[in-house]
Amino acid sequence: MQIFLPIAEVSVNAFTLLGLGGIVGVLSGMFGVGGGFLITPLLFFVGIPPAVAVATSANQIVASSVSGVLAHFKRKTVDLKMGLVLLAGGLVGSAIGIQIFNILKAMGQVDLLVTLCYVVFLGIIGFLMLIESLRAIKRAKGRPGGRPERKKHLWVHTLPFKMKFRASGLYISAIPPIGVGVMVGMLGAVMGVGGGFIMVPAMIYILGMPTKVVIGTSLFQIIFTAGFTTLLHAYTNHTVDVLLAFLLLVGGVIGAQIGTQIGLKLKAEQLRILLALLVLAVCLKLGIDLLIPPKDLYSLGA
Amino acid sequence: MSRLLALIALLLLPLSAQAEQVVAALSQTRVSVNANFDGSEILVFGAIKRDKPAPEGEPLDVIITVAGPERVETIRRKDRRFGIWINVEAEVIGHTPTFYTVATTRPLDDVLPRLTDALWKITADNRILPGLRGTPARDALIRIRHKDDLYRTREGEVSLVQDTLFDTAIALPANIVEGAYTTRIFLLRGGEVIDSYGTSINVQKVGIERWLYMLAYDNALIYGLLALAVAGLSGWGASALFRLIRR
Repeated sequence: MQIFLPIAEVSVNAFTLLGLGGIVGVLSGMFGVGGGFLITPLLFFVGIPPAVAVATSANQIVASSVSGVLAHFKRKTVDLKMGLVLLAGGLVGSAIGIQIFNILKAMGQVDLLVTLCYVVFLGIIGFLMLIESLRAIKRAKGRPGGRPERKKHLWVHTLPFKMKFRASGLYISAIPPIGVGVMVGMLGAVMGVGGGFIMVPAMIYILGMPTKVVIGTSLFQIIFTAGFTTLLHAYTNHTVDVLLAFLLLVGGVIGAQIGTQIGLKLKAEQLRILLALLVLAVCLKLGIDLLIPPKDLYSLGA
Repeated sequence: MSRLLALIALLLLPLSAQAEQVVAALSQTRVSVNANFDGSEILVFGAIKRDKPAPEGEPLDVIITVAGPERVETIRRKDRRFGIWINVEAEVIGHTPTFYTVATTRPLDDVLPRLTDALWKITADNRILPGLRGTPARDALIRIRHKDDLYRTREGEVSLVQDTLFDTAIALPANIVEGAYTTRIFLLRGGEVIDSYGTSINVQKVGIERWLYMLAYDNALIYGLLALAVAGLSGWGASALFRLIRR
C-alpha cells in the first residue's frame, strides 16, 4: 500500500515504514536507546529527504521512548531523581548544541561533521563496550559461584554536592550526572538524535549505575530531549512529517514493548555485547561511506 | 529573451494560415495528490486538422513535452580531503524544472534537427539552462535527474494513426512536486515545426495532505505540539494495550 507523505513529498510503501519502525522499536526497548542513530540512515535508504528524516525520527523517538519508559515504570526500573538531574544538564546541553549546529550549518559542512561525530563516537563506545562485556563474561565463567565483586571506588565518588539516588543504589555528587547530561544533550542536538547510545554507556561506566536501571532512566530522559528537538525542527525548518512519524511510531511502539520483554529475559552482559556489535556495525557502514569514492561527485542538496 | 521570443512565436503560430494544425486534449488537467497518491498517468491525445490533403514526401511527426514547476537548486561537488570524501564546493543553479519528459513518434535523431531543437528548446539538453552547457554543475544536474528518472526521453511512444490521430500516456512520478506542469505538443514535418499547442496540468495536494502541509508552514508551533501529542499518546496507548493483552 503506497502512501504519499505531505511534508517529505514522496510516495512510500506504508508497510515498509511500519516494519522499519517495528525493528527500531524492538532495539529501543531492548537497549534503552532511542534508535535515532539507526532510523535516520534507514529513512535515507527508502528515499526520504535527509532533513525530513532527521526531524521526523526525533518525533518517532518520543513515542517509542514513552512506550518503553511506561513498561520500565511498572517494573520500577527508572531512577526518576537521576533522570531529572540528567535532564537538567541535557536541556542546557541541547541549547548549546543547537548553537554549534547553526554555526556549522553556516560553514556548509554540517553533513560531514555529523557523520564524523557518528563514526568517532559509535566507534569508541562500541569498541569499549564490546571489550568490557567480553571480559565480564570471561570473568563470570572463570569463577563460577565466586563471591560477588565489591563495588569499585570510582573517582566520581570524591566530588562534592553528594546526592542519594536510591533506585540506583548510589550516593554520589550531582556534578557528574549533570556533566553527562550536558555532554549528551550537546551531542544529541548536533547529531540529531536522542543520544541514548552515548547516555547508556556513560551511565554504566562513568556513573556506575546498574544496567537494569540505566535503560529506563535513559528512556525517561530521551523523551524530553527528543521532544525538544522535534518542536525546534517543526518550528524553524518545517521538516517534521506527522504522517511519516505516525507510521513509524505505530510500528515503533509495538516493537518497543516486545523489545522490553526480550531485554528483561537476557543477561546484562549479553545485552551489552549485542548493543556493542550493533553500534560498531553502524559505525563501520558510515566510515566506509566516507572512504570509498562516491558514485557521483555531484549531489543535489536543498 | 529567447524564451520570450519562443513564447510569442508559440502564440502567433496558430493564427497564421497553415495547411496542418494540432487539435489536442488531455485526459485530465488537474491532478489531486491525496494520501494514496502513487504517481499518475495522463493521456495526451489529439488530431491533425487539414484544409487540404496531406502533402506527399516528408513524414509527419509529433513530439510532446511536459515540464514540472521550476526550482533553484544547490549542487555540491565532493573531493578527497585528508583521505575522506567531503563536499568542497556548492553552486546555486536555477531555475530548472523538477520534472521533464519528451515523448516522440520516432527516434529524435530522425525527427529533430539540432537547429529546430535549439529554437524550440525541445530536448532536455536544450530546455535546461542551454547557456550553461558544458559547465560541470549543470551537466551533473541533468545527469542526476536523468538517473532519478525525473528527466525522461521516450522515443517512439507517441502513436500516430494514419497521419491524423495521435496519443500517448505521460507518467507523472510518485515523488511529485506541486504546481503547474506545462505541456507542449509539436507537429513536425521535414525537420520543421509546422504547428504547436501548449496547455498545463495543475498538480495540487488535497484533503489531509493539504491540511497538514498548510498547518506545518502556517502554524508551525501548533503543528509541532500536535506531532508531540500524537507521539506521546500513541506511546502511552501501546503501553496500555500491551498491559491489557498480557493480563
